[in-house]
Amino acid sequence: MNKVLDVRKLSKSFGGLAAVTAVNLHLNKGELVGLIGPNGAGKTTCFNLLTGIYEPDKGSISLHRDGQEYSLEKRKPHEICRLGVGRTFQNIRLFRDLTVLDNVRTAMNRTVKYGLFSALFHIGSYHREERELIEKSMELLKIFELDGKALELAKNLPYGEQRHLEIARALATEPALLLLDEPAAGMNPAETAQLTRTIEWIRKRFDLTILLIEHDMSLVMKICERVYVLDYGMLIAEGTPEVIKNNPRVVKAYLGEVAYA
Amino acid sequence: MMNRLFEKGRMKYIFALLVFAIGQLLVVTGYLNDYLFSTLTTLCINIILAVSLNLITGFTGQFSLGHAGFMSIGGYVCALISMRIPTVPGFLLGVLTGALAAAFVGFIVGLPTLRLKGDYLAIATLGMAEIIRIIFLNLKITNGAAGLNGIPQFVDWMWLSLFTFSSIILISNFIRSAHGRACVSIREDEIAAESIGIHATKYKVTAFVIGAFFAGIAGGLYASYFYFLRPTLFGFSRSIDILVIVVLGGIGSLSGSVIAAILLALISTYLQAFPELRMVFYAVALVVIMIVRPQGLMGSKELSLDLLKGFGRKRQRGGS
Ligand SMILES: Nc1ncnc2c1ncn2[C@@H]1O[C@H](COP(=O)(O)OP(=O)(O)OP(=O)(O)O)[C@@H](O)[C@H]1O
Ligand SMILES: [Mg+2]
Repeated sequence: MNKVLDVRKLSKSFGGLAAVTAVNLHLNKGELVGLIGPNGAGKTTCFNLLTGIYEPDKGSISLHRDGQEYSLEKRKPHEICRLGVGRTFQNIRLFRDLTVLDNVRTAMNRTVKYGLFSALFHIGSYHREERELIEKSMELLKIFELDGKALELAKNLPYGEQRHLEIARALATEPALLLLDEPAAGMNPAETAQLTRTIEWIRKRFDLTILLIEHDMSLVMKICERVYVLDYGMLIAEGTPEVIKNNPRVVKAYLGEVAYA
Repeated sequence: MMNRLFEKGRMKYIFALLVFAIGQLLVVTGYLNDYLFSTLTTLCINIILAVSLNLITGFTGQFSLGHAGFMSIGGYVCALISMRIPTVPGFLLGVLTGALAAAFVGFIVGLPTLRLKGDYLAIATLGMAEIIRIIFLNLKITNGAAGLNGIPQFVDWMWLSLFTFSSIILISNFIRSAHGRACVSIREDEIAAESIGIHATKYKVTAFVIGAFFAGIAGGLYASYFYFLRPTLFGFSRSIDILVIVVLGGIGSLSGSVIAAILLALISTYLQAFPELRMVFYAVALVVIMIVRPQGLMGSKELSLDLLKGFGRKRQRGGS
Protein backbone atom coordinates (compact mmCIF):
# COMPACT_ATOMS: atom_id res chain seq x y z
CA MET A 1 0.00 0.00 0.00
CA ASN A 2 1.29 3.47 -0.67
CA LYS A 3 1.26 5.82 2.22
CA VAL A 4 0.05 9.38 1.87
CA LEU A 5 0.97 10.51 5.35
CA ASP A 6 3.55 9.06 7.69
CA VAL A 7 3.89 10.53 11.17
CA ARG A 8 6.61 9.32 13.52
CA LYS A 9 7.19 10.00 17.18
CA LEU A 10 5.31 13.27 17.04
CA SER A 11 5.49 15.22 20.31
CA LYS A 12 4.35 18.58 21.51
CA SER A 13 4.08 20.05 24.97
CA PHE A 14 2.72 23.37 26.19
CA GLY A 15 4.72 24.45 29.20
CA GLY A 16 4.66 21.39 31.40
CA LEU A 17 1.68 19.80 29.68
CA ALA A 18 2.50 16.99 27.25
CA ALA A 19 -0.38 17.45 24.78
CA VAL A 20 0.93 14.93 22.24
CA THR A 21 3.55 12.32 23.05
CA ALA A 22 5.41 10.13 20.56
CA VAL A 23 2.48 9.58 18.25
CA ASN A 24 3.00 7.31 15.25
CA LEU A 25 0.35 7.18 12.60
CA HIS A 26 0.02 6.73 8.89
CA LEU A 27 -2.64 6.98 6.23
CA ASN A 28 -2.76 4.90 3.08
CA LYS A 29 -4.01 6.36 -0.13
CA GLY A 30 -7.79 6.56 -0.23
CA GLU A 31 -8.29 5.55 3.37
CA LEU A 32 -10.78 7.11 5.75
CA VAL A 33 -9.29 6.95 9.21
CA GLY A 34 -10.74 8.07 12.53
CA LEU A 35 -8.88 9.78 15.35
CA ILE A 36 -10.77 9.52 18.63
CA GLY A 37 -10.15 10.05 22.30
CA PRO A 38 -11.64 11.80 25.31
CA ASN A 39 -11.70 15.58 25.69
CA GLY A 40 -8.25 17.07 25.93
CA ALA A 41 -6.60 13.91 24.55
CA GLY A 42 -4.58 15.91 22.01
CA LYS A 43 -6.53 15.29 18.82
CA THR A 44 -6.83 18.91 17.71
CA THR A 45 -3.21 19.48 18.68
CA CYS A 46 -2.27 16.67 16.28
CA PHE A 47 -4.13 18.48 13.48
CA ASN A 48 -2.42 21.74 14.38
CA LEU A 49 0.94 20.01 14.19
CA LEU A 50 0.10 18.39 10.86
CA THR A 51 -0.98 21.70 9.35
CA GLY A 52 1.91 23.80 10.64
CA ILE A 53 -0.04 25.91 13.12
CA TYR A 54 2.26 24.53 15.83
CA GLU A 55 5.80 23.38 15.29
CA PRO A 56 6.45 19.92 16.75
CA ASP A 57 8.97 19.57 19.58
CA LYS A 58 10.05 16.24 18.21
CA GLY A 59 9.17 13.79 15.49
CA SER A 60 8.63 13.80 11.76
CA ILE A 61 5.69 14.25 9.45
CA SER A 62 6.08 13.20 5.86
CA LEU A 63 3.63 13.65 3.07
CA HIS A 64 3.84 11.58 -0.10
CA ARG A 65 2.36 12.98 -3.23
CA ASP A 66 2.99 12.29 -6.90
CA GLY A 67 6.00 10.14 -6.08
CA GLN A 68 7.61 12.91 -4.03
CA GLU A 69 8.18 12.99 -0.31
CA TYR A 70 7.79 16.25 1.61
CA SER A 71 8.58 16.73 5.26
CA LEU A 72 6.06 19.04 6.88
CA GLU A 73 7.57 19.74 10.32
CA LYS A 74 9.21 23.04 9.49
CA ARG A 75 6.69 24.37 7.02
CA LYS A 76 4.24 27.23 7.31
CA PRO A 77 0.49 26.49 7.19
CA HIS A 78 0.05 28.00 3.72
CA GLU A 79 2.86 25.87 2.31
CA ILE A 80 1.34 22.74 3.80
CA CYS A 81 -1.99 23.63 2.25
CA ARG A 82 -0.32 24.10 -1.10
CA LEU A 83 1.25 20.67 -0.79
CA GLY A 84 -2.25 19.23 -0.65
CA VAL A 85 -3.43 19.14 2.95
CA GLY A 86 -6.83 20.72 3.59
CA ARG A 87 -8.56 21.02 6.93
CA THR A 88 -11.57 22.22 8.86
CA PHE A 89 -11.64 23.53 12.42
CA GLN A 90 -13.39 22.23 15.52
CA ASN A 91 -14.78 25.69 16.29
CA ILE A 92 -15.74 26.74 12.77
CA ARG A 93 -13.42 29.36 11.32
CA LEU A 94 -15.22 30.72 8.29
CA PHE A 95 -14.67 34.20 6.91
CA ARG A 96 -17.83 35.30 8.64
CA ASP A 97 -18.38 38.67 7.02
CA LEU A 98 -17.74 37.39 3.51
CA THR A 99 -20.26 35.77 1.24
CA VAL A 100 -20.53 32.02 0.85
CA LEU A 101 -19.14 32.45 -2.66
CA ASP A 102 -16.14 34.47 -1.46
CA ASN A 103 -15.31 31.90 1.21
CA VAL A 104 -14.90 29.25 -1.45
CA ARG A 105 -13.50 31.50 -4.16
CA THR A 106 -10.70 32.77 -1.92
CA ALA A 107 -9.65 29.18 -1.29
CA MET A 108 -9.08 28.77 -5.03
CA ASN A 109 -6.50 31.55 -5.14
CA ARG A 110 -3.71 29.12 -5.84
CA THR A 111 -5.06 28.54 -9.35
CA VAL A 112 -5.07 32.25 -10.17
CA LYS A 113 -2.38 33.20 -12.64
CA TYR A 114 -2.91 36.91 -13.17
CA GLY A 115 -0.57 39.18 -11.25
CA LEU A 116 -0.77 42.38 -9.30
CA PHE A 117 -0.83 44.57 -12.37
CA SER A 118 -3.84 42.80 -13.88
CA ALA A 119 -5.53 42.96 -10.48
CA LEU A 120 -5.09 46.74 -10.29
CA PHE A 121 -6.18 47.49 -13.84
CA HIS A 122 -8.56 44.58 -14.45
CA ILE A 123 -6.78 43.74 -17.65
CA GLY A 124 -5.11 40.69 -19.13
CA SER A 125 -6.68 37.42 -18.07
CA TYR A 126 -8.46 39.05 -15.10
CA HIS A 127 -12.00 38.82 -16.48
CA ARG A 128 -11.63 35.33 -17.87
CA GLU A 129 -10.04 33.91 -14.74
CA GLU A 130 -12.56 35.59 -12.44
CA ARG A 131 -15.40 34.07 -14.43
CA GLU A 132 -13.78 30.66 -14.21
CA LEU A 133 -13.33 31.07 -10.46
CA ILE A 134 -17.01 31.83 -10.02
CA GLU A 135 -18.02 28.90 -12.19
CA LYS A 136 -15.77 26.49 -10.30
CA SER A 137 -16.94 27.83 -6.94
CA MET A 138 -20.59 27.47 -7.87
CA GLU A 139 -20.00 23.91 -9.02
CA LEU A 140 -18.43 23.07 -5.67
CA LEU A 141 -21.18 24.84 -3.73
CA LYS A 142 -23.76 22.81 -5.63
CA ILE A 143 -22.38 19.61 -4.12
CA PHE A 144 -23.18 21.01 -0.68
CA GLU A 145 -26.49 22.50 -1.83
CA LEU A 146 -25.19 25.93 -1.01
CA ASP A 147 -25.27 27.39 -4.52
CA GLY A 148 -28.61 29.02 -3.83
CA LYS A 149 -27.04 30.93 -0.95
CA ALA A 150 -23.90 32.05 -2.75
CA LEU A 151 -24.42 35.73 -1.98
CA GLU A 152 -25.39 35.32 1.65
CA LEU A 153 -22.89 36.16 4.35
CA ALA A 154 -21.31 33.08 5.90
CA LYS A 155 -22.28 34.18 9.40
CA ASN A 156 -25.96 34.13 8.45
CA LEU A 157 -25.98 30.43 7.52
CA PRO A 158 -27.44 27.92 9.96
CA TYR A 159 -24.85 25.99 11.93
CA GLY A 160 -25.01 22.78 9.88
CA GLU A 161 -24.51 24.67 6.65
CA GLN A 162 -21.55 26.53 8.10
CA ARG A 163 -19.92 23.16 8.75
CA HIS A 164 -20.65 22.15 5.17
CA LEU A 165 -19.28 25.41 3.84
CA GLU A 166 -16.07 24.93 5.76
CA ILE A 167 -15.62 21.52 4.13
CA ALA A 168 -16.36 23.07 0.73
CA ARG A 169 -13.76 25.75 1.38
CA ALA A 170 -11.16 23.12 2.29
CA LEU A 171 -11.99 21.17 -0.89
CA ALA A 172 -11.56 24.31 -2.96
CA THR A 173 -7.83 24.14 -2.23
CA GLU A 174 -7.77 20.80 -4.08
CA PRO A 175 -6.31 18.72 -1.26
CA ALA A 176 -5.13 15.12 -1.52
CA LEU A 177 -5.45 14.73 2.22
CA LEU A 178 -8.38 16.17 4.14
CA LEU A 179 -8.39 16.63 7.92
CA LEU A 180 -11.84 17.06 9.48
CA ASP A 181 -12.03 18.17 13.10
CA GLU A 182 -15.37 17.07 14.56
CA PRO A 183 -17.46 17.83 11.46
CA ALA A 184 -20.63 16.51 13.09
CA ALA A 185 -20.28 18.46 16.34
CA GLY A 186 -23.54 20.18 17.17
CA MET A 187 -25.52 18.41 14.46
CA ASN A 188 -28.71 16.45 15.02
CA PRO A 189 -28.91 12.78 13.91
CA ALA A 190 -30.53 13.65 10.58
CA GLU A 191 -27.87 16.24 9.80
CA THR A 192 -25.16 13.79 10.86
CA ALA A 193 -26.55 11.15 8.53
CA GLN A 194 -26.56 13.66 5.70
CA LEU A 195 -22.98 14.68 6.51
CA THR A 196 -21.91 11.04 6.56
CA ARG A 197 -23.23 10.58 3.04
CA THR A 198 -21.55 13.78 1.89
CA ILE A 199 -18.18 12.73 3.29
CA GLU A 200 -18.35 9.37 1.57
CA TRP A 201 -19.39 11.02 -1.67
CA ILE A 202 -16.67 13.67 -1.78
CA ARG A 203 -14.12 11.06 -0.82
CA LYS A 204 -14.84 9.16 -4.04
CA ARG A 205 -15.47 12.20 -6.18
CA PHE A 206 -12.23 13.97 -5.24
CA ASP A 207 -10.14 10.87 -4.65
CA LEU A 208 -9.39 11.92 -1.07
CA THR A 209 -7.60 10.43 1.86
CA ILE A 210 -9.37 11.55 5.03
CA LEU A 211 -8.42 11.76 8.69
CA LEU A 212 -11.41 12.47 10.87
CA ILE A 213 -11.69 13.52 14.48
CA GLU A 214 -15.12 12.73 15.83
CA HIS A 215 -16.95 12.22 19.07
CA ASP A 216 -20.03 10.81 17.37
CA MET A 217 -19.27 7.09 17.58
CA SER A 218 -22.02 6.07 15.19
CA LEU A 219 -20.35 8.11 12.48
CA VAL A 220 -16.88 6.79 13.24
CA MET A 221 -17.99 3.17 13.41
CA LYS A 222 -19.94 3.52 10.21
CA ILE A 223 -17.46 5.09 7.85
CA CYS A 224 -13.94 4.73 9.24
CA GLU A 225 -11.81 1.86 7.99
CA ARG A 226 -9.30 2.22 10.76
CA VAL A 227 -9.30 4.12 14.02
CA TYR A 228 -6.55 5.57 16.20
CA VAL A 229 -7.31 6.20 19.85
CA LEU A 230 -5.53 8.93 21.80
CA ASP A 231 -5.56 9.35 25.55
CA TYR A 232 -3.50 11.92 27.44
CA GLY A 233 -1.53 12.59 24.25
CA MET A 234 -0.55 8.97 23.72
CA LEU A 235 -1.83 6.42 21.24
CA ILE A 236 -3.44 3.64 23.20
CA ALA A 237 -4.95 1.62 20.39
CA GLU A 238 -5.19 1.26 16.65
CA GLY A 239 -7.29 -0.94 14.43
CA THR A 240 -10.61 -1.52 12.71
CA PRO A 241 -13.68 -0.12 14.44
CA GLU A 242 -14.64 -3.67 15.49
CA VAL A 243 -11.33 -4.28 17.19
CA ILE A 244 -11.30 -0.83 18.82
CA LYS A 245 -14.80 -1.28 20.15
CA ASN A 246 -13.73 -4.35 22.09
CA ASN A 247 -10.33 -3.14 23.27
CA PRO A 248 -10.52 -2.98 27.08
CA ARG A 249 -8.12 0.00 27.35
CA VAL A 250 -10.21 1.99 24.92
CA VAL A 251 -13.42 1.10 26.69
CA LYS A 252 -11.87 2.19 29.95
CA ALA A 253 -10.39 5.43 28.64
CA TYR A 254 -13.08 6.55 26.35
CA LEU A 255 -16.09 4.54 25.37
CA GLY A 256 -16.98 4.00 28.99
CA GLU A 257 -17.59 7.66 29.61
CA VAL A 258 -19.44 8.52 26.42
CA ALA A 259 -22.93 7.36 25.68
CA TYR A 260 -22.21 4.76 23.06
CA ALA A 261 -24.63 4.60 20.17
CA MET B 1 -27.22 34.07 -11.87
CA MET B 2 -23.78 34.09 -13.46
CA ASN B 3 -24.28 37.53 -14.86
CA ARG B 4 -25.41 38.78 -11.51
CA LEU B 5 -22.32 37.34 -9.85
CA PHE B 6 -19.95 38.69 -12.42
CA GLU B 7 -19.57 42.43 -12.47
CA LYS B 8 -18.13 44.32 -15.37
CA GLY B 9 -18.16 47.63 -13.55
CA ARG B 10 -17.87 50.15 -16.36
CA MET B 11 -20.20 52.52 -14.53
CA LYS B 12 -17.38 53.88 -12.40
CA TYR B 13 -15.53 55.25 -15.43
CA ILE B 14 -18.66 57.01 -16.66
CA PHE B 15 -19.25 58.38 -13.17
CA ALA B 16 -15.65 59.62 -12.91
CA LEU B 17 -15.92 61.38 -16.28
CA LEU B 18 -19.17 62.99 -15.23
CA VAL B 19 -17.70 64.36 -12.01
CA PHE B 20 -14.66 65.61 -13.92
CA ALA B 21 -16.87 67.36 -16.50
CA ILE B 22 -19.01 69.06 -13.84
CA GLY B 23 -15.91 70.20 -11.96
CA GLN B 24 -14.31 71.47 -15.15
CA LEU B 25 -17.46 73.41 -15.95
CA LEU B 26 -17.39 75.02 -12.51
CA VAL B 27 -13.71 75.93 -12.95
CA VAL B 28 -14.20 77.41 -16.42
CA THR B 29 -17.26 79.41 -15.42
CA GLY B 30 -15.41 80.70 -12.36
CA TYR B 31 -17.81 79.35 -9.75
CA LEU B 32 -14.95 77.52 -8.13
CA ASN B 33 -12.98 80.37 -6.57
CA ASP B 34 -9.54 79.96 -5.00
CA TYR B 35 -10.93 79.30 -1.56
CA LEU B 36 -13.31 76.58 -2.75
CA PHE B 37 -10.61 75.05 -4.90
CA SER B 38 -8.24 74.81 -1.96
CA THR B 39 -10.98 73.09 0.06
CA LEU B 40 -11.56 70.74 -2.84
CA THR B 41 -7.85 69.97 -3.05
CA THR B 42 -7.70 69.15 0.65
CA LEU B 43 -10.77 66.97 0.20
CA CYS B 44 -9.28 65.03 -2.70
CA ILE B 45 -5.99 64.53 -0.84
CA ASN B 46 -7.92 63.28 2.19
CA ILE B 47 -9.90 60.91 0.00
CA ILE B 48 -6.72 59.40 -1.43
CA LEU B 49 -5.21 59.08 2.03
CA ALA B 50 -8.33 57.53 3.56
CA VAL B 51 -8.96 55.10 0.73
CA SER B 52 -5.35 53.90 0.82
CA LEU B 53 -5.34 53.56 4.61
CA ASN B 54 -8.62 51.68 4.37
CA LEU B 55 -6.91 49.11 2.16
CA ILE B 56 -4.35 48.50 4.93
CA THR B 57 -6.53 48.86 8.02
CA GLY B 58 -10.08 48.25 6.84
CA PHE B 59 -9.62 45.53 4.26
CA THR B 60 -6.45 43.76 5.38
CA GLY B 61 -7.04 44.37 9.09
CA GLN B 62 -3.59 45.78 9.84
CA PHE B 63 -3.86 48.68 12.24
CA SER B 64 -1.46 51.38 11.00
CA LEU B 65 -0.80 54.75 12.59
CA GLY B 66 1.94 55.78 10.22
CA HIS B 67 0.15 56.96 7.12
CA ALA B 68 1.38 60.55 7.47
CA GLY B 69 4.92 59.20 7.21
CA PHE B 70 4.29 57.80 3.73
CA MET B 71 2.54 60.99 2.74
CA SER B 72 5.54 63.07 3.77
CA ILE B 73 7.93 60.93 1.72
CA GLY B 74 5.77 61.46 -1.37
CA GLY B 75 5.57 65.17 -0.60
CA TYR B 76 9.28 65.80 -0.10
CA VAL B 77 10.42 63.68 -3.04
CA CYS B 78 7.90 65.35 -5.34
CA ALA B 79 8.93 68.81 -4.08
CA LEU B 80 12.65 68.17 -4.55
CA ILE B 81 12.18 66.85 -8.07
CA SER B 82 9.72 69.44 -9.30
CA MET B 83 11.82 72.29 -7.84
CA ARG B 84 14.68 71.10 -10.06
CA ILE B 85 12.45 70.35 -13.06
CA PRO B 86 9.70 72.98 -12.79
CA THR B 87 7.58 71.68 -15.65
CA VAL B 88 4.50 69.49 -15.88
CA PRO B 89 6.57 66.40 -16.77
CA GLY B 90 8.80 67.25 -13.81
CA PHE B 91 5.74 67.45 -11.54
CA LEU B 92 4.42 64.11 -12.79
CA LEU B 93 7.86 62.55 -12.43
CA GLY B 94 7.96 63.94 -8.90
CA VAL B 95 4.56 62.57 -7.91
CA LEU B 96 5.34 59.11 -9.27
CA THR B 97 8.87 58.96 -7.87
CA GLY B 98 7.55 60.14 -4.50
CA ALA B 99 4.90 57.43 -4.54
CA LEU B 100 7.46 54.79 -5.46
CA ALA B 101 9.78 56.00 -2.69
CA ALA B 102 6.92 55.77 -0.19
CA ALA B 103 6.08 52.28 -1.46
CA PHE B 104 9.73 51.26 -1.11
CA VAL B 105 9.87 52.48 2.48
CA GLY B 106 6.55 50.70 3.06
CA PHE B 107 8.16 47.49 1.89
CA ILE B 108 11.27 47.90 4.07
CA VAL B 109 9.21 48.81 7.12
CA GLY B 110 6.37 46.37 6.46
CA LEU B 111 8.46 43.25 6.11
CA PRO B 112 9.55 43.10 9.77
CA THR B 113 6.64 44.95 11.43
CA LEU B 114 3.69 43.23 9.76
CA ARG B 115 4.51 40.09 11.70
CA LEU B 116 3.33 42.04 14.73
CA LYS B 117 -0.32 42.03 15.66
CA GLY B 118 -2.83 44.71 16.61
CA ASP B 119 -1.54 47.23 19.13
CA TYR B 120 2.09 46.29 18.55
CA LEU B 121 1.80 47.02 14.85
CA ALA B 122 0.10 50.34 15.62
CA ILE B 123 3.01 51.37 17.87
CA ALA B 124 5.60 50.20 15.35
CA THR B 125 4.02 52.16 12.48
CA LEU B 126 3.67 55.19 14.73
CA GLY B 127 7.38 54.94 15.50
CA MET B 128 8.18 54.63 11.82
CA ALA B 129 6.30 57.83 10.96
CA GLU B 130 8.13 59.67 13.76
CA ILE B 131 11.50 58.47 12.51
CA ILE B 132 10.66 59.64 8.98
CA ARG B 133 9.62 63.02 10.34
CA ILE B 134 12.82 63.37 12.34
CA ILE B 135 14.90 62.44 9.30
CA PHE B 136 13.24 65.22 7.28
CA LEU B 137 13.77 67.55 10.21
CA ASN B 138 17.51 66.92 10.15
CA LEU B 139 18.30 66.53 6.48
CA LYS B 140 20.04 69.43 4.73
CA ILE B 141 18.36 68.81 1.42
CA THR B 142 14.87 69.18 2.96
CA ASN B 143 15.93 72.34 4.78
CA GLY B 144 15.21 71.04 8.28
CA ALA B 145 12.54 72.65 10.42
CA ALA B 146 12.11 75.61 8.08
CA GLY B 147 11.08 73.23 5.32
CA LEU B 148 10.82 73.77 1.59
CA ASN B 149 9.29 76.89 0.08
CA GLY B 150 8.30 77.86 -3.42
CA ILE B 151 7.47 74.41 -4.72
CA PRO B 152 6.13 74.90 -8.25
CA GLN B 153 2.33 74.66 -8.41
CA PHE B 154 0.93 72.36 -11.05
CA VAL B 155 -2.18 70.95 -9.38
CA ASP B 156 -5.28 71.94 -11.31
CA TRP B 157 -8.66 70.23 -11.46
CA MET B 158 -7.57 67.92 -14.24
CA TRP B 159 -4.59 66.46 -12.35
CA LEU B 160 -6.45 66.49 -9.06
CA SER B 161 -9.43 64.54 -10.39
CA LEU B 162 -7.22 62.25 -12.44
CA PHE B 163 -5.11 61.22 -9.45
CA THR B 164 -8.08 60.98 -7.10
CA PHE B 165 -10.21 58.83 -9.37
CA SER B 166 -7.26 56.66 -10.37
CA SER B 167 -6.48 56.01 -6.73
CA ILE B 168 -10.05 55.06 -5.89
CA ILE B 169 -10.52 52.92 -8.97
CA LEU B 170 -7.20 51.10 -8.73
CA ILE B 171 -7.63 50.30 -5.05
CA SER B 172 -11.22 49.23 -5.61
CA ASN B 173 -10.07 47.04 -8.53
CA PHE B 174 -7.41 45.48 -6.35
CA ILE B 175 -9.94 44.66 -3.64
CA ARG B 176 -12.18 42.99 -6.20
CA SER B 177 -9.45 40.66 -7.38
CA ALA B 178 -8.11 37.37 -6.10
CA HIS B 179 -5.23 39.25 -4.46
CA GLY B 180 -7.60 41.65 -2.74
CA ARG B 181 -9.79 38.81 -1.51
CA ALA B 182 -6.69 37.19 -0.01
CA CYS B 183 -6.10 40.41 1.97
CA VAL B 184 -9.70 40.51 3.18
CA SER B 185 -9.55 36.87 4.26
CA ILE B 186 -6.56 37.72 6.47
CA ARG B 187 -8.62 40.39 8.19
CA GLU B 188 -11.43 37.88 8.70
CA ASP B 189 -9.31 35.08 10.15
CA GLU B 190 -5.58 34.85 9.61
CA ILE B 191 -5.25 31.21 10.69
CA ALA B 192 -8.10 30.13 8.42
CA ALA B 193 -6.58 32.15 5.57
CA GLU B 194 -3.23 30.40 6.02
CA SER B 195 -5.02 27.05 6.14
CA ILE B 196 -6.40 27.64 2.64
CA GLY B 197 -2.97 28.43 1.29
CA ILE B 198 -2.80 32.20 1.65
CA HIS B 199 0.65 33.54 2.44
CA ALA B 200 -0.48 36.04 5.06
CA THR B 201 2.77 37.99 5.40
CA LYS B 202 3.10 38.39 1.63
CA TYR B 203 -0.39 39.82 1.25
CA LYS B 204 -0.10 42.08 4.29
CA VAL B 205 3.09 43.55 2.84
CA THR B 206 1.41 43.89 -0.57
CA ALA B 207 -1.50 45.85 0.91
CA PHE B 208 0.90 47.96 2.97
CA VAL B 209 3.04 48.79 -0.07
CA ILE B 210 0.06 49.69 -2.25
CA GLY B 211 -1.36 51.81 0.57
CA ALA B 212 1.99 53.57 1.02
CA PHE B 213 2.22 54.21 -2.73
CA PHE B 214 -1.09 56.07 -2.83
CA ALA B 215 -0.30 57.97 0.38
CA GLY B 216 2.84 59.07 -1.48
CA ILE B 217 0.68 60.34 -4.37
CA ALA B 218 -1.40 62.33 -1.89
CA GLY B 219 1.81 63.82 -0.46
CA GLY B 220 3.00 64.84 -3.92
CA LEU B 221 -0.29 66.60 -4.67
CA TYR B 222 -0.11 68.33 -1.30
CA ALA B 223 3.42 69.60 -1.94
CA SER B 224 2.58 70.88 -5.37
CA TYR B 225 -0.67 72.59 -4.43
CA PHE B 226 0.28 74.19 -1.10
CA TYR B 227 3.83 74.91 -2.38
CA PHE B 228 5.54 74.62 0.98
CA LEU B 229 6.41 71.70 3.25
CA ARG B 230 7.47 71.48 6.87
CA PRO B 231 8.07 68.32 8.94
CA THR B 232 5.45 69.45 11.49
CA LEU B 233 2.76 69.01 8.83
CA PHE B 234 3.23 65.26 8.99
CA GLY B 235 3.02 64.56 12.69
CA PHE B 236 1.00 62.03 14.62
CA SER B 237 -2.17 64.11 14.42
CA ARG B 238 -2.33 63.84 10.64
CA SER B 239 -2.19 60.04 10.81
CA ILE B 240 -5.03 60.20 13.32
CA ASP B 241 -7.04 62.54 11.07
CA ILE B 242 -6.82 59.99 8.27
CA LEU B 243 -7.77 57.15 10.59
CA VAL B 244 -10.79 59.16 11.76
CA ILE B 245 -12.06 59.39 8.17
CA VAL B 246 -11.62 55.64 7.69
CA VAL B 247 -13.36 54.69 10.92
CA LEU B 248 -16.11 57.22 10.38
CA GLY B 249 -16.82 56.02 6.85
CA GLY B 250 -16.69 52.38 7.79
CA ILE B 251 -13.80 49.99 8.17
CA GLY B 252 -13.72 48.10 4.89
CA SER B 253 -15.86 50.41 2.77
CA LEU B 254 -14.19 52.57 0.12
CA SER B 255 -17.33 54.54 -0.64
CA GLY B 256 -17.63 55.06 3.12
CA SER B 257 -14.17 56.66 3.18
CA VAL B 258 -15.10 58.97 0.30
CA ILE B 259 -18.40 59.96 1.89
CA ALA B 260 -16.80 60.55 5.29
CA ALA B 261 -14.07 62.71 3.76
CA ILE B 262 -16.71 64.82 1.99
CA LEU B 263 -18.81 65.08 5.13
CA LEU B 264 -15.90 66.19 7.28
CA ALA B 265 -14.85 68.71 4.63
CA LEU B 266 -18.37 70.15 4.64
CA ILE B 267 -18.50 70.31 8.42
CA SER B 268 -15.18 72.07 8.74
CA THR B 269 -15.99 74.47 5.88
CA TYR B 270 -19.26 75.50 7.47
CA LEU B 271 -17.57 75.89 10.83
CA GLN B 272 -14.94 78.16 9.27
CA ALA B 273 -17.04 81.13 10.40
CA PHE B 274 -16.65 80.16 14.07
CA PRO B 275 -12.94 79.51 14.43
CA GLU B 276 -12.98 79.30 18.22
CA LEU B 277 -15.80 76.71 18.26
CA ARG B 278 -14.68 74.80 15.20
CA MET B 279 -12.68 72.04 16.83
CA VAL B 280 -15.30 71.59 19.52
CA PHE B 281 -18.11 71.12 17.01
CA TYR B 282 -15.95 68.87 14.92
CA ALA B 283 -15.22 66.65 17.91
CA VAL B 284 -18.86 66.61 19.00
CA ALA B 285 -19.95 65.66 15.48
CA LEU B 286 -17.50 62.75 15.54
CA VAL B 287 -18.71 61.52 18.90
CA VAL B 288 -22.35 61.73 17.83
CA ILE B 289 -21.77 59.86 14.59
CA MET B 290 -19.83 57.13 16.38
CA ILE B 291 -22.55 56.70 18.99
CA VAL B 292 -25.31 56.55 16.41
CA ARG B 293 -23.40 54.39 13.95
CA PRO B 294 -20.51 52.61 15.66
CA GLN B 295 -19.80 50.58 12.53
CA GLY B 296 -19.19 53.79 10.58
CA LEU B 297 -21.46 55.48 8.08
CA MET B 298 -21.32 52.64 5.58
CA GLY B 299 -20.33 49.70 7.77
CA SER B 300 -18.54 47.39 5.36
CA LYS B 301 -21.06 47.93 2.57
CA GLU B 302 -20.32 49.71 -0.66
CA LEU B 303 -22.44 52.28 -2.37
CA SER B 304 -22.92 50.53 -5.67
CA LEU B 305 -23.02 52.57 -8.85
CA ASP B 306 -25.02 49.74 -10.38
CA LEU B 307 -27.93 51.12 -8.41
CA LEU B 308 -28.09 53.75 -11.13
CA LYS B 309 -28.67 51.02 -13.70
CA GLY B 310 -31.70 49.50 -12.11
CA PHE B 311 -33.48 50.56 -9.00
CA GLY B 312 -34.95 47.97 -6.71
CA ARG B 313 -32.28 45.42 -7.45
CA LYS B 314 -30.70 45.50 -4.04
CA ARG B 315 -27.36 43.95 -3.61
CA GLN B 316 -24.91 43.30 -0.86
CA ARG B 317 -21.28 43.14 -1.64
CA GLY B 318 -19.66 42.81 1.76
CA GLY B 319 -15.94 43.35 1.77
CA SER B 320 -15.19 42.12 -1.68
N1 LIG C 1 -2.18 26.55 22.49
C1 LIG C 1 -2.23 25.83 23.61
N2 LIG C 1 -1.63 26.27 24.74
C2 LIG C 1 -1.68 25.54 25.89
N3 LIG C 1 -2.30 24.37 26.00
C3 LIG C 1 -2.91 23.86 24.91
C4 LIG C 1 -2.92 24.57 23.66
N4 LIG C 1 -3.60 23.83 22.77
C5 LIG C 1 -4.02 22.74 23.43
N5 LIG C 1 -3.61 22.74 24.70
C6 LIG C 1 -3.84 21.69 25.71
O1 LIG C 1 -3.45 20.47 25.15
C7 LIG C 1 -4.35 19.42 25.53
C8 LIG C 1 -4.89 18.77 24.30
O2 LIG C 1 -5.80 19.67 23.67
P1 LIG C 1 -6.55 19.34 22.32
O3 LIG C 1 -7.28 20.55 21.95
O4 LIG C 1 -5.58 18.82 21.35
O5 LIG C 1 -7.55 18.20 22.78
P2 LIG C 1 -8.67 17.45 21.93
O6 LIG C 1 -8.33 16.02 21.95
O7 LIG C 1 -8.84 18.08 20.62
O8 LIG C 1 -9.94 17.70 22.86
P3 LIG C 1 -11.47 17.98 22.46
O9 LIG C 1 -12.10 16.66 22.24
O10 LIG C 1 -12.00 18.65 23.67
O11 LIG C 1 -11.46 18.84 21.27
C9 LIG C 1 -5.40 20.07 26.39
O12 LIG C 1 -5.06 19.86 27.75
C10 LIG C 1 -5.31 21.51 26.05
O13 LIG C 1 -5.69 22.33 27.13
MG1 LIG D 1 -10.30 19.16 19.70
